[in-house]
Amino acid sequence: MSDRARKRPFRWHIVVFLAPAVLIYTAIMIIPLFGTLNLSLFTRAEDGTRVFVGLANFQTLFGDPRWSDSFWNATWNNLWFFIIHMLVQNPIGIALAAILSTPKLRFAAFYRTAIFIPAILSFVIVGFVWKLILSPLWGVAPTFMDALGLGDWFAPWLGLEESALTTLALISVWQFVGIPMMLIYAALLSIPDEVLEAAEMDGITGASQFWKIKLPLILPTIGIISILTFVGNFNAFDLIYVTQGALAGPNFTTDILGSFLFRTFFGFQLQLGDPHMGATVATVMFAIILVGVSIYLFGVQTRLRRYQF
Amino acid sequence: MAARKFTIAASAFLLSSTALMAQDVTLTIESWRNDDISIWRNQIIPAFEAAHPGIKLDFQPTAPAQYNSALNSKLDAGTAGDIITCRAFDASLALFQKGQLADLTDLEGMANYSDVAKSAWSTDDGSKQFCVPMASVIHGFIYNADAFAELGLEEPTTVDEFFAVLDAIAAEGSYIPMAMGVNDQWEAATMGYANIGPNYWMGEQGRNALIAGEAKLTDAEFVAPFEQLARWSDYLGRGFESQSYPDSQNLFTLGRAAIYPSGSWEIAGFRAQADFEMGAFPPPVQNAGDTCYISDHTDMGMGLNAASPNAEAGRVFLNWLGSSEFANLFANAVPGFFPLSNAEVSLEDPLAQEFISWRGECESSIRPFHQILSRGTPNLSNESWGTSANVIRGSQTPAEAAEQMQSGLASWYAPQQ
Repeated sequence: MSDRARKRPFRWHIVVFLAPAVLIYTAIMIIPLFGTLNLSLFTRAEDGTRVFVGLANFQTLFGDPRWSDSFWNATWNNLWFFIIHMLVQNPIGIALAAILSTPKLRFAAFYRTAIFIPAILSFVIVGFVWKLILSPLWGVAPTFMDALGLGDWFAPWLGLEESALTTLALISVWQFVGIPMMLIYAALLSIPDEVLEAAEMDGITGASQFWKIKLPLILPTIGIISILTFVGNFNAFDLIYVTQGALAGPNFTTDILGSFLFRTFFGFQLQLGDPHMGATVATVMFAIILVGVSIYLFGVQTRLRRYQF
Repeated sequence: MAARKFTIAASAFLLSSTALMAQDVTLTIESWRNDDISIWRNQIIPAFEAAHPGIKLDFQPTAPAQYNSALNSKLDAGTAGDIITCRAFDASLALFQKGQLADLTDLEGMANYSDVAKSAWSTDDGSKQFCVPMASVIHGFIYNADAFAELGLEEPTTVDEFFAVLDAIAAEGSYIPMAMGVNDQWEAATMGYANIGPNYWMGEQGRNALIAGEAKLTDAEFVAPFEQLARWSDYLGRGFESQSYPDSQNLFTLGRAAIYPSGSWEIAGFRAQADFEMGAFPPPVQNAGDTCYISDHTDMGMGLNAASPNAEAGRVFLNWLGSSEFANLFANAVPGFFPLSNAEVSLEDPLAQEFISWRGECESSIRPFHQILSRGTPNLSNESWGTSANVIRGSQTPAEAAEQMQSGLASWYAPQQ
């Protein structure tokens, strides 16, 4: 037996089968990532040459009040953007999935498709459609609210500092609510009937069946959705750029890390882009997301109880 | 023998193919004027190609707000076109200093331009030119002349008259007094602050004092335009906070707004859209009889990508820009972009004539922050977008806005420290 194990040849096929994925992933993910980290350690000198400056760019980002104010503003806005998604998108997604999975519901397939369709639309379409809907001049929102006698409640939400970010977050929720719904719907369908029948035998039905049996069983899926939302929100950029432009108006109240990175890296109008500061911002974004994902992986996921059926 | 025949045939083929290649020089033009795409394709390019067989032009515009960043990335990557449309002053100067724009000092066509026109695309000491001046734009207020006649209003000349006109339109109620929004921010700065400001800081005098460090943005003459802007918000339409630039243009051309603070670059678009008579008046002065100052901004030039393989053809094209043929073609195809060459130009559009007539009545100045003052971070020009929009929206007082801009400028500009 041991003799045979020693003689076993090197298993080349593993290397061969892994190679395409490893090579592609290295070329398009790992090398650019380290390239960005590397770029953030340099700066451009007066004569256009690259100079190594160590962590000076990070010092500027956190130490210089102009940079750090913009950075923290973008970070808090991003956090608020994420909180709205967690408080609105995911509970609504779970509720929709729970409703869709009740066997008595008619036209379930239609609702499922209708709710999921915005998620496959382009950000550009969603941004422009909502900008038009909410336009105080041509939008349907003011006319519609007038018809309901709520005309006085209408405000140009996208243009007001207090409401612009929340409005954008809700637009994003509208667009993506289909994704948690689909994932949780799939998780709910995978709960075996025996478990539910056993619950019914014990007299647990209706809402209490959802809270006591189904919800604990779909918790791992909710965890995955939270982390997807987190990563998606902290990388978000498109919606802000389409509706508010790179200056993330009004008065930077809708500036999130993605739009801050864009302005820094590529510049805007007369402001020239600075790839080195841009890479610095990108590195910090990477760190924020890494910390968030790590907290989830080591703090939450390991504690989730899994049930084998 | 056969081998010799082959060599002859081959060299003949090579010769003919080089001749073909020489015929096929295509110059790609980078520009932010996507509004002008049909004018270039239908009028300017055919005129040039007819006179210059062997050179083809390809006009490739980018959206205005993305132009500079896109252009810089393309130049860095070596994928930019041969001909570069130049923003005035520092943005292009930076490209020249990086060696990305060719030196055009010895271009023969440069003789056709005045020093003032060339100043926007010269090094600080004026010794080198890197772009051919092409057009300037004049700021002012365009108004719906039919609406003015209907309400019995006259063009205002002083600030008090201006607000009296706005009050009269508001009181009558069938028109929005002024079409402007602050969603895109730049209108507030460009069509607001830079439009009305020169009357307060006396044009070039105030602008140069700022550059020299003799005046501060917190001085009365630079705060006063903000104070006027703050009063504008009462006369803008409902929901102006989220009204964008195209919204404002549509509001005016649909005849729903009476006055549109803007500039001569709108003329071509408005002619196509609006079916009412339009007039224009320069920014109102503080007291009757004051000298008026207008923002007559050198806006657009054209330069040569230093890395272009078609430099020779590019120079031919740039020389042609200085000809009176081009000046007349351009001025009438794009009324409101006034050519900067010394060539005699006859303008046909009455609104464009009105704008250009102010050059005789008022003192010209360029936009306040374009030269030198927007070289650092934070960028003063971009800052002014935010502060002007904030003042109109009422989330910043004029004094706070001036204070923010001054401290931003002083953080990197030595003469202001």
